[in-house]
Amino acid sequence: MPLSRPIDQLNRFTAHCDLSAHQVSCERDDRILFENLDLSINKGDLIQLVGPNGAGKTTLLRLLAGLNQDFDGEVRWHGKNIQQCFQDYARQRLYIGHLSAIKKVLTPLENLRWFVSSWPQVKEDDLWQALEEVTLAGYEDVPCQQLSAGQQRRVALARLLITPTPLWILDEPFTALDKAGVAWLEGHLARHVSAGGTVLITSHHALSEIPGLRQIELGVQK
Amino acid sequence: MWEALKRLYHRMGSPKWFYEISAKWLPWFVVPTVGFLLVGTIWGLAFTPADYQQGNSFRIIYIHVPAALLAQSAYAMMAIAGAVFLIWRMKMAAWVAASIAPIGASFCFLALITGAIWGKPTWGTWWVWDARLTSMLLLLFLYFGVMALQKAMDSEESAAKAGAILSLVGLVNIPIIKYSVEWWNTLHQPATLKFTEESTMAMEMLIPLLIMIAGFYLLFAVLVFMRTRNQVLWHERKKNWVKQYMQSRADK
Amino acid sequence: MSLVTATIKRDLVIAARNPGEWLNPLMFFLMVLALFPLAVDPDPKFLSKIAAGVVWVAALLATLLSLDALFKADVEDGTLEQWLASGESLFAMALGKVFVHWCISGLPLTLVAPLLALMMNLPDEAYSALFFSLLLGTPILSLLGAVGAALTAGVRSGGLLLSLVILPLYIPILIFGASAVYHAGIEMEYVGQLGFLASFLCLSMTLAPFAVAGALKLNLSR
Repeated sequence: MPLSRPIDQLNRFTAHCDLSAHQVSCERDDRILFENLDLSINKGDLIQLVGPNGAGKTTLLRLLAGLNQDFDGEVRWHGKNIQQCFQDYARQRLYIGHLSAIKKVLTPLENLRWFVSSWPQVKEDDLWQALEEVTLAGYEDVPCQQLSAGQQRRVALARLLITPTPLWILDEPFTALDKAGVAWLEGHLARHVSAGGTVLITSHHALSEIPGLRQIELGVQK
Repeated sequence: MWEALKRLYHRMGSPKWFYEISAKWLPWFVVPTVGFLLVGTIWGLAFTPADYQQGNSFRIIYIHVPAALLAQSAYAMMAIAGAVFLIWRMKMAAWVAASIAPIGASFCFLALITGAIWGKPTWGTWWVWDARLTSMLLLLFLYFGVMALQKAMDSEESAAKAGAILSLVGLVNIPIIKYSVEWWNTLHQPATLKFTEESTMAMEMLIPLLIMIAGFYLLFAVLVFMRTRNQVLWHERKKNWVKQYMQSRADK
Repeated sequence: MSLVTATIKRDLVIAARNPGEWLNPLMFFLMVLALFPLAVDPDPKFLSKIAAGVVWVAALLATLLSLDALFKADVEDGTLEQWLASGESLFAMALGKVFVHWCISGLPLTLVAPLLALMMNLPDEAYSALFFSLLLGTPILSLLGAVGAALTAGVRSGGLLLSLVILPLYIPILIFGASAVYHAGIEMEYVGQLGFLASFLCLSMTLAPFAVAGALKLNLSR
């Protein structure tokens, strides 16, 4: 199949990231996860949340993605509370949780089609191209239940190539990937950041040196 | 007036304030509860004349009618408390709702049992698919649903929210269920002997009934207070004020 | 294509690839019908008297059986999280899911019931009433059932709990649905019953999706 656009033009976003957290506090089951957290996330940032299990990494990530409203404080997108401009915000950020939302009876292509249905500018060719990029060429029409866990992860990650959003919020994206996959993802994150994108990530995986990498440590506070 | 109400509302949101003030209020509820129930029971059982049709068996209305009334309004109160919790995220409201559920269900059960006991001499059988008894039974099912759902959730937060949503859905449905059961009943049993209508009741029968109804509502308030106090202690068990309070109780 | 239409299309494709999803309730429906002549009395006169009620009870139970899976898979594989992340209206999403559920449970039941009612010796006059009462009543079963399914989606053994929660709410539909069929059978007017079902359908179509949306959010609170 002839490819319509070069691969680095697939994810072309127009806006830039301006996300900030103000005095955010969150407790779960009477345990304070973080308190009065201020955070500013801008163009070109690659932020890795680190900390032991149960430190609240996923909670903070979901809260910044607007999936969790059970906290004190405020998260703003371009100066506006994200709950007030959620439609707008949702179009500008991509969230991939540790559940990949892959339907097993559907093919990778069908799964991708569902994922990008909110972005009408994505073309059918782009999906094929993205699957080729994540080394799933030839698997486009195979039901996902016949793919390995790592391959299913790649289907989910193929969204990074085609959804035109400046901000990526990724929860443990390296899970189940092999060495080549990890290298590819690291490279792709670096490319996104250098193109003016922004990545917010939780991972126990030590990221290799990528310009702009910032680590935020969440500890279990007493 | 409005300001005072607002202040009361904000205070109600504080579990500690509620726990302290309810300890002072409780005796003021318990004394009239016992009074009303005693007066109503003795009056109703001993001094009211027997019904000319049903004889002495009608006297069970002094338990049946208040229990049935209360079972219905308790469901509404539970749903309203749930709505307050959903809208204003007031945790106290969720605890009140959780306290009401088993109490309301108990009154509902009591109404069913007394209805069956009443049915035996009146209709000659323990159970008749009478419209009121049937809607009482369905109300009991609604209570069971809410309680089972609250129990099944693993987090307290989602248990409270799920219970609130379900009880609101139930509240919308209660009039529809009641209407359809009554409609169904007129279709199948046009000749059923109706329970004594309140409006046609003689004065000397009505007054003790009203006293009993007041007594039941007060009893309900006392029970809700007591259960909510337990809920407060349980949910706030890790807070300092509860620890200090428990310590001071242990020292005595 | 918006996410809602994409979801409807995707769920229909999934149902087409998992025929059990819509065939099992139908078979269950048939088997429940077969129980009554065996357990009570196969006398045609008696059967034709109870046919209306039995067909409606069986339809209701078959719907209940198919409800458990309505949101469970979506909660477990992360699809629900992606819905919420998309910023699309949960109300529309809930209506879409209910529509798909009706297409694969209520609609086939409505089409098949007149055939199976032959086995119950339903009076000839009652067939159109059976068809129309099911056509109006089964969407309500799906709508109310979706509330229960959403509330119990995150509970491990949700199936039984779902029945406990939903059955009392089904009573009015059962009463009016069965009565429409019964009255048609004894050559009486049944427009009133259908009118009740139609207005109940309108009411639940406007209110139930709100409850579904609220209940779905519960499954994401962690």
